[in-house]
Amino acid sequence: MTDLAAPEALPKPKRDLLPVLLPVILALAMAPLIGSASSWVTLTVASLAMGMMIFIMASGLTLVFGLMDVLNFGHGAFIAVGAYVATLVLLPLAGWVQADSLLLNLAVLAPAALLAMAVSGALGLVVERVLILAVYGQHLKQILMTTGGLIVAEQALYALWGPQIIPLPLPTSLRGSFIIGDIAIAKYRLLAMLVGLVVFLGIQLVLNRTKIGLLIRAGVENREMVEALGYRIRRLFLGVFMVGSALAGLGGTMWALYREQVHASMGNDLTVLVFIVVIIGGLGSIGGCFIGALLVAMVANYGGFLVPKLALVSNILLMVAILMWRPRGLYAVTSR
Amino acid sequence: MTDLLTLSGVHTHIGSYHVLHGVDFGVPAGQTTMLLGRNGAGKTTTLRTIMGLWPASSGQVTLAGQRIEQRATPDIARLGIGYVPESMAVFSDLTVKENLILAARDAALDDSRLEWIFGFFPALRRFWLSRAGSLSGGQKQMLSIARAIVEPRQLLLIDEPTKGLAPAIVVALIECFAEIKRRGATILLVEQNFNVAQQIGDSVLVIDNGRIVHRGDMAALAKDTALQEHLLGLSLEAHQ
Amino acid sequence: MMILSGDPPRSRVLSILLVIIIAALAVTPLVFPGAKAMNVATKICIFAALVASYDLLLGYTGSVSFAHTMFYGIGSYAIAIALYSMGPSWAAVATGLAIGLPLAALLALGIGLFSLRVEAIFFAMITLAVASAFLVLASQLSWLTGGEDGRSFQLPELLRPGTVLISKDLFGFAVNGRTLTYYIVLVAAAAMILGLLRVVNSPFGRVLQAIRENRFRAEALGYRTVFHLTYANCLAALVAASAGALNALWLRYAGPDTSLSFSIMLDILLMVVIGGMGTMYGAIIGAAIFILAQNYLQTLMSVASNAAADAGLPLLPGLLHPDRWLLWLGLLFIASVYFFPTGIVGRLRAGARRPLR
Repeated sequence: MTDLAAPEALPKPKRDLLPVLLPVILALAMAPLIGSASSWVTLTVASLAMGMMIFIMASGLTLVFGLMDVLNFGHGAFIAVGAYVATLVLLPLAGWVQADSLLLNLAVLAPAALLAMAVSGALGLVVERVLILAVYGQHLKQILMTTGGLIVAEQALYALWGPQIIPLPLPTSLRGSFIIGDIAIAKYRLLAMLVGLVVFLGIQLVLNRTKIGLLIRAGVENREMVEALGYRIRRLFLGVFMVGSALAGLGGTMWALYREQVHASMGNDLTVLVFIVVIIGGLGSIGGCFIGALLVAMVANYGGFLVPKLALVSNILLMVAILMWRPRGLYAVTSR
Repeated sequence: MTDLLTLSGVHTHIGSYHVLHGVDFGVPAGQTTMLLGRNGAGKTTTLRTIMGLWPASSGQVTLAGQRIEQRATPDIARLGIGYVPESMAVFSDLTVKENLILAARDAALDDSRLEWIFGFFPALRRFWLSRAGSLSGGQKQMLSIARAIVEPRQLLLIDEPTKGLAPAIVVALIECFAEIKRRGATILLVEQNFNVAQQIGDSVLVIDNGRIVHRGDMAALAKDTALQEHLLGLSLEAHQ
Repeated sequence: MMILSGDPPRSRVLSILLVIIIAALAVTPLVFPGAKAMNVATKICIFAALVASYDLLLGYTGSVSFAHTMFYGIGSYAIAIALYSMGPSWAAVATGLAIGLPLAALLALGIGLFSLRVEAIFFAMITLAVASAFLVLASQLSWLTGGEDGRSFQLPELLRPGTVLISKDLFGFAVNGRTLTYYIVLVAAAAMILGLLRVVNSPFGRVLQAIRENRFRAEALGYRTVFHLTYANCLAALVAASAGALNALWLRYAGPDTSLSFSIMLDILLMVVIGGMGTMYGAIIGAAIFILAQNYLQTLMSVASNAAADAGLPLLPGLLHPDRWLLWLGLLFIASVYFFPTGIVGRLRAGARRPLR
């Protein structure tokens, strides 16, 4: 293939970096307000970990919207289903979970997360075929159908697992913190950050370095033209929908371990958070979704520390502020 | 001469609007056929119907002996149709190179074919790794056409390629279309500008109110100003 | 015809159903004076009005709001907080309304101006976020709202159950403060529904429908769509808040579960879709069917669940457990969006038209 040098390349379009800097600016600006360095590090790590988990849950939603203009109001169901399915592995193998061995702990966590992703992904297949295929291009019906799906999924979870909260203890070796000087960093938060970063980089790699990724980016911009070039975008969409659902399941598992409990209502609660993130980021933008998730988590953590009362509505205030600045979110996807 | 593409009795509805009212025509293989008509006559709809983007509600579309009016857009494209929409529809977030990689589908980009394309669109070589969104309007049009011809396609559907472009670029496009035809492709080209049309076209179709009202030789129509006036009316004067 | 604003039910079966429902509601205190029947009848009245106001948004403008319970809750809480803090007086009721209704309208105005400019999907997401924040606020600001426990309060003397207005000896049934409250609810709900019917059949209502059908065309015709949509949003919020006030008066209580929870929002959605979007009459039908099912179907499910458990069937007892009735309604909801997008009213009207063709 010709790899041509571009001697006369156009002036690079100005990359819109301001949103990227926003979390950094926010974190730095908060430092003097918080005062103690150790609290600041703890809060920042907590924000990053929480933000990564929210990002994992929200990424699928924003991709699906960007690619196919479908907003899944039932996205939270995949989150809850993932968490419940993970208990199927984690609770019977409680011995391994409680063992003080990182190897044994991971040996049970990994299959739990994989099973959660597999079941959520498979459920995504069913939901796309049954609920969404029939209502492509009809926003009103999409909202109604997927909301109906959310009700049914939540009730089915209650029917299968009962209405009580299921406690889900963290594996022993992931409890506690690393202590560096007077700074404490929770081990599980580090793991969550790591997984979140891997997912983010993975998505970026696929989007920017593979043919499938090119197709997804092209499809976000102009679905019709992708079809006119001879690609069956419906199949591509189904794939993205399943991956997005699987990621929601993974995020649900991680969130359940973070909170050390599972409940069917977590789908509903997290849906709201995930929506705020997706709106802030700009519907359809993965980069915006990542930054949005970090911002939401930072505002929740810093806000909760500085002005506990404010934390209740901090997400809404953040959303209002961002939308005042950029009415279509941090990164508006061009064609919409 | 055999027709590569034929439409017979094609009706197309867009929502509640009945746009094509029984379109019949053939596009002879190896020729450039111009599709002319007023704004709103149904030119774009005809191309989109062939591509399956606005499927025909009745009638037949046949490509090289195969019925295609029931098929999905990707399947139609894979029969060897290159489509250049009116909006150009380049993927602005992707580079020029990435746009062409997608257009080549399963094949790798072919160096000699790229050189051939760069021959009449040198700008694409220069901006090879630039985002398509940063190109000028004319360069986007070149990219859109390059996408349709980066692999050999038996039929090209091109919608108003010269609209809003500078005269110098229009000349380059005319040269390009001649080149493509020399390589053996069949072209169906929608054009508003009669001057351009008479330089490129072998045969001509005129559509009005969703029906073909004239079919014939481009050269004959170019000579017959009275007929031009009758068929194309005011839209003609605007361009001359 | 005047009272129906020239928009009659247009189906004989529908008319009969409506007459039955309204007649039953009108005589409930006389025929079924029991607490359960009265509660069910009141809830039907309140929800019919609430769902009708939601239909103004969903059915007539095509915008999905998840903040409708927020307005309902504002109405409820305004009454509850006013009566709780000012004591059981009519002045307190008036104060509650004077604070709650404008507050609801103002919030609706804010949300509308903020989010109705863009796509329907955006509005849906924003309202969901705002409503959930409001729910958290209401359950956390305990000094004002009583937190999770909510606020119980005393009604003005006239509306109390102990106040006998007409003794049993006179007509053979007693009319007490409770009966009076019921009729206040019934009349107010009927007035709101008739008012909404008038709105949707006014020129303003036609513009709303034009916007629903094709927003760009409506804009091109010179209608300021954001203004119209925001106005509809405020109107719907006002009615919802009024319905909430009625609800608080009936329950003598306002709390997160009875007036703000997300499940009430889902109930409203179910009722409007099952009844029939964009018809107004669908609100009455949907509310009546849903609330009757909610109250009486659960008993049936309990019987079935126990029977399944006795027979030793797996899974079925859990699925048929009365608490799982939302599962079945959810399935019904999906099926009705899928197969009967026009709901019961739309079906009946289509059935009524067919013989004419």
